[in-house]
Parts: sequence; C-alpha cells; structure tokens
Amino acid sequence: MSAGAGPKAPQTPAGGGAGGGAGAAPASQDASDDAPAAAAGGQETAGAVVLGRGGASAFVAPALGLVGVFLIFPALWTLYLGLTNARLTGLAAAEPQFVGLSNFVRALTDPLFRNSLKVTAIFVVGSAVVGQTGLGFLLAWSLRGWRGPVRSAIEVLVILAWIIPGSVVAFLWIALLDGRSGTLNTLIPGDGGIEWLLRYPMASIIVFNTWRGAAFSMLLFGAALASLPPSHLETARLAGASAWQQLRDVILPSIRGHILTALLLISLWTFNLFTPYLLTRGGPNFQTEVLPIYIYRVAISSGQLGYGAAISAIMLAINLVVALVYLNVLKDKT
Amino acid sequence: MSNSIRHLLAVVSVVGMSLAAACGGGGSEQGEQDGEQAAATDGPVTITIAENAVRGGKNDYTAQWLIDYAIPTFTEQMAADGRDVTVKLVESGIDDEDYKSRLALDLSAGEGADVIGFDGFWLSEFVTAGYLKPLTEVVGPVIDDWEGWEQIPEAVAGSLVVDDQRYGIPVGTDGRVLFFRKDVFADAGLPEDWQPTSWDEIIEAARTIKEADPDVTPLQINAGTSMGEATTLQGFVPILLGTGAELYDQAWLGDTPQMLEAVGFFQTIYDEGLADPQLQLRADGRDRSFQDFSTGRIAILIESDYLWRSVINPGEGLFPIENRDEVVGFTKIPAREPGAGIRGQDFVSASGGTARVLNPNTDYPQEAWEFLSFLGSEEALTEFVQGEPRITAREDVNASEAVASDPILSFIAEEVLPITWYRPGFEEYPQVSEALQRMVENVVAGRSDVPTAAAEYEATISGIVGAENVIQE
Repeated sequence: MSAGAGPKAPQTPAGGGAGGGAGAAPASQDASDDAPAAAAGGQETAGAVVLGRGGASAFVAPALGLVGVFLIFPALWTLYLGLTNARLTGLAAAEPQFVGLSNFVRALTDPLFRNSLKVTAIFVVGSAVVGQTGLGFLLAWSLRGWRGPVRSAIEVLVILAWIIPGSVVAFLWIALLDGRSGTLNTLIPGDGGIEWLLRYPMASIIVFNTWRGAAFSMLLFGAALASLPPSHLETARLAGASAWQQLRDVILPSIRGHILTALLLISLWTFNLFTPYLLTRGGPNFQTEVLPIYIYRVAISSGQLGYGAAISAIMLAINLVVALVYLNVLKDKT
Repeated sequence: MSNSIRHLLAVVSVVGMSLAAACGGGGSEQGEQDGEQAAATDGPVTITIAENAVRGGKNDYTAQWLIDYAIPTFTEQMAADGRDVTVKLVESGIDDEDYKSRLALDLSAGEGADVIGFDGFWLSEFVTAGYLKPLTEVVGPVIDDWEGWEQIPEAVAGSLVVDDQRYGIPVGTDGRVLFFRKDVFADAGLPEDWQPTSWDEIIEAARTIKEADPDVTPLQINAGTSMGEATTLQGFVPILLGTGAELYDQAWLGDTPQMLEAVGFFQTIYDEGLADPQLQLRADGRDRSFQDFSTGRIAILIESDYLWRSVINPGEGLFPIENRDEVVGFTKIPAREPGAGIRGQDFVSASGGTARVLNPNTDYPQEAWEFLSFLGSEEALTEFVQGEPRITAREDVNASEAVASDPILSFIAEEVLPITWYRPGFEEYPQVSEALQRMVENVVAGRSDVPTAAAEYEATISGIVGAENVIQE
C-alpha cells in the first residue's frame, strides 16, 4: 500500500490518518478504564456491554476511514475515469470528455483484451491453481514425515524464492533463460541456443511463478497437515487404506478449508500479478500479456487513461466475483 | 508476490492521482504565477534537472558532463554572485517511451524536476495537455534577451515553439545513416568504401555477407514495438522516404502503393533471413542489436550519429569498439532506386531534435532559467562537444574545431541534414508511430502478410486521426 500511495501520500492520507488516530485515542482510553469492571461483571458479554454502540463505532471508524480513502474512493474514481476519454498527454489530458460506456464496449470488442483475458486465465490456472497450490501441497506432503537439517534446508530455499524482491528474481530468471549464454542452455548438452522466453513464453512465466510462490501454500499446508490428529491416519492405516486412499478420504476432506483459502488468495494474487512484465513485457506478440500488463500498456505506455480505467474496473469486478465464489464454497463446506 | 500487487496499485493510484491533478489542480497555481515576475530568490536554493542519462549506462557522457562540469561550473558562477544555488541531477537510464511516461505523470501531478531533458517531438502533446507553459509565462519576458537565440537557426528553434511561444532551448539534432562493419565487408569480399545506391544493392551486399559467414546477421533494420520509436525513425521511415512518400503530407499516409512497397522491403529481408526477426521481438532487442554490431555479429544497421558517439564510442560507449574509426564505416541511406526518394532524392534520412524545457511547477523559475540557459550557452556546449562531438543547435558551437573536424558530424552536417526529414510535431504522431511499429512487427514476425498488415494500419490510424485525415488509395 505504501508504495501505491507514492510521493503524494502525505497530503490527504496523513490528514485522514491523524484525524482517525486522534478520534480513536479517547475511546481506547475509556475501554481500558472499564475493562476491570467488565471482567468483574462477567466474561461472556464483556465487549458488547462495555463498548456500546458509540464505542464500537469509534473503534471501527479509523479502519472504515482508511478503507474509504484507499479502497472505495479509488474504485469509484476508476469507474468514473472509465467513462471518460482521458489521456496521459494531449488535449484529452487537459479536458477529458464524458464518453459513456464506449470504453467498455471497445474493451469487449478489442481482440487484444480478449486475448489478455485468455492469457490471464491460462496463467492463473497454470501457475496458481495447479502450480503453486499443487507444488506447495506436494512439498508439504512429502516433507511431513521429515525432521532435521534437510527439511529446514528445503524450506529455507523455497521460502527464499518467495521473499526475494521481484525485480531481483526477474533478473536471475532472465539470466537463466537467455538464449545465448543462459544457464539453462549451458546445462543442456548440444548447441541448443533456445530463446526460452520467445519460444515458450507462457510456459516460462508459469514455471517462474510456480517456483516463486510455492512457499506460501507449502507453509499453509504444512501447518494444516501438522494439525491433523495422528489417530485419524492411524485408524485409516489399520483399516488397510493405501496412501492414496488416506490422502483422498482422510486428509483432503479434513483440510478442505485450507485448500480453498490457499486457492482464493493465490489465484487473486496471481490474477493481479505484474511481474511477468519484467521477464517478457507481455510479449512476444502479446502471448504473455496478462491483464495487469495490458492495463499498464494501454494506460501508461499508450497514455489512454480512460480506456485503461475501464479495463481496471472490469478487472475489479472479476476479482470480486472470484472472491465471492470462493467464499461461498468455503462457507458451505466447512 | 505482495510486491506485484503493490506494483499494480502503484499504477492504478498514479493514474488516479495524475487525473486528479490534471482536472482539479492547475488553476490556483497558475493564478499565483501570472501576476508576479519571477525574481531571484534570497537564501539557499536547490533546483533539479532530469535527464534520461545515467552514469555507467545510457547517455553516460551527458550524465558525467553534468556532474563533473556543468553543475559545478554553474554553482561557482552563482557563488561568485553571492548566491547559494545547489543543482541536483535526477538520473534515468530507461527506454525513451518510459521516460516520456514518467515525465507526463510527474508533470500532471504538479511534480518533477525543474529543468527537464526532452525530445522535441513530444512538445505538442505536452503543451495541449497543459503540462508545459511558455517560458515568458514561467520566467518572464527576460528570456527573450538571451544571447543564444541569435545562434540557433529558425528551423531548429521552431521545434520548441508552439503558437509563437518558446517552451525550451533546443540542444542538438542528428541524422540517420547506414553504419557497416568494414572488417565483415572485407571478409565477404565487399568494398570498404561501400555506397549502395538502391535497395537492391543493400540486399545484394547482405546476401554476399550471409554466404560468406552464415553466423553473421547481415542487416538490422528495426522492426518491432519493443524497439519503440527507433522502429519508426531508424527503421520504417527511412525506407518509406525511399519510395517517395512521407508519413504526413497534408494528411497521414494510409494503405497506399508506397506503403506496401516499404513494408514489402521488410518482408523481403526478414523472410530471407538477412535480418533476425527474433531480435525485434525481444524486450531488450535494441541494446542487443547494438551489442551484436559491436562484436561484428551484425554487419549493417541504420542508426543516427548517436550510435557513433554514444554506443560504440571507444571511450564512453555502452558497447565500445576500441578501433571504431578503422572498422566502422557510414554511408547515406539510398532510396529504392536513384531519384525515387522524397523530393526526387537519391538518398534519404530522418532527424529528430533534443532539447531542455522548464517545469512550470518550479519553485525557482529564475534560477531554473539561468541554469537552463547556461546549459545552452556557447561556453557549456563547447565544453560538451570536446568530449563527445555532436551537432548542436548553436551555429557558433558547430563551427568550433571539435565539431567541424569530426568525420561523421561534418558528414551529417554537410551531406545528410540538407536531405533529411523531420518528424511532424502533431499530438497524434506518437499514436500513429505505435500503429506503424505494430504493422511492421506483424509482417516481420510472420503474423500477417503485407496487404493485411497495411489495411489494419490504415484502420487503426483512421480511428486515431479520423478517416478524413488519412490518404487512401
């Protein structure tokens, strides 16, 4: 968030934050004064009784203020911008005109936008759902019985891939995949000289993102597997269940909630991911132009802010739908 | 991962902010500056200058010159007047398109450096957006008294003028030529004083080189969107001019026979393997082509004198060639056949102009102007061309020993500039240019044939400039 606010951040956000903080301080003072009384009065109703409607609102207000300033306002602003022909430079930068829904109509008829949707879908399914979640689970599953330095070493390596800054990682991968003197071509015998990023662009960024993000789901699934009561597995084993049957009938149903949470978070992250740009710039021939790159290209590189905002609004809507679907499934099944 | 989300948010919020500034801002700031004449400020002053130049990288020499010479000299001159002025350089070493986007975002948000390195052909769109203001408005009528205006030819100064108002000081101009590796030519049995007079002779030479050494890519003529403006100005335009057509002549050139001819030339050389399509698609294709030329893996390429002085310069270059003067030759770009070029010319070229402008949001317009005019002074530019000769906007500096005695600059000044073509300074130009890059890329990458690509191009630019402003056949 801080990076997003950029150099202009100090103006409105700081004012809002300071105001919210000042407002919250007395409320928390009251709460702590009353806390002993609540404890004496009875545990079960503590919060509601002491805070009351006003106190609770005061607690929530700063958070709501921040959400409003940083989330709701930009979203509405994006929607408004999407209805104009605003540009980065030229006359349409000084005096943007209201153009109704024509940006949205244009998006739906733009073959490059449809291409971008398709590319994004492949990228999310390939690198988030199958790649990161799958590899993360595989790692957690394989490591569950292990202890000691080998396990720690593997975990540290996987987590390193996750925490190194994106630009550094991109540089390493470009060096790895380079056609002329790349590490991968050097490792492959013969004089291959394959330009991986040009010949297999989509596969490259899927493998890249899988490698990069498997740590999160590994950690999440590792914790989930550790929390399984050993007696369940023991019982299954005594009943003669094979490893596959244990996985399917005992483990997966027990950690269903974890799987859905991991899928929700990872697919949303991946959907919004800009890092492939650092490897391929969306090319060649738009084969890796996922939606964030498409938006960057039309809004910033080509300067079509209005059109870019319209696509951003569409993307926001897709995000919301995906999140709602996951949350519904999560609610039903746990 | 969170990194990338942040990146996205940054893009979104920057877009939002820039619009907020473009729509809502402006008004009050303008009011403040209208009435008052900018005056020298008492007390310490810090001004900044932004250039797409970075020490050890792109335009290394410009960055070094600013840090080692221009900034200290200017600061001392100010100190001699009893004024405490500090100048800071904001370095960038990025693609020109990205640099332009950065400037547009900075200026739209009311931010940015006080003095800005600029490309002349961006002026029109920045002025109509309200990002730049006339110098007389930012600084005052005092700018008309500057001694330099008399030294800058009308045509060159005109590149920084909109509606009779000056927006900045032109720095230099350039010209496109064919560069070739004499050593590779010698190996292939070609003459070292090569001067092709038609496209066929270029293609012949390329075939000979390919035969002599299949590992060498004979030709590099920029042809993709990832090369950006380089594809337009030192790729497509010199070829198009060789057919007798111009990109803009009363209206924008659409899907005409000359357009097809020019695109057809690209198809010929790329289909035959005389040039490398993969290189055009790479994100770092342009740098890679420079590197290949410096190692002799590319034999012939079209570039401006920028290649000579900044890229393969034995001292400061990005990809230096130690014995540059012996192994690199340069020659004029021929038209399709003698007399077939624009204005009936045998040879063609294209030129652009660099400049510096003032940020209207500057807190210290007086000091910023003094620094800007110092950078354009005879003293400063003469010092600049000592280390890296180039054709400047000033006639007195161009007459100096350093420029006049440089082989390529005198060649460009005498042979190329008289036949060159300048980019049209229209607001729509950059969008048309992008459409053009896509057309060439589609053909080079084998995605569409020549007629389809040209028809697509015409449809695209009709959407940008209006069908009534497109020359159709």
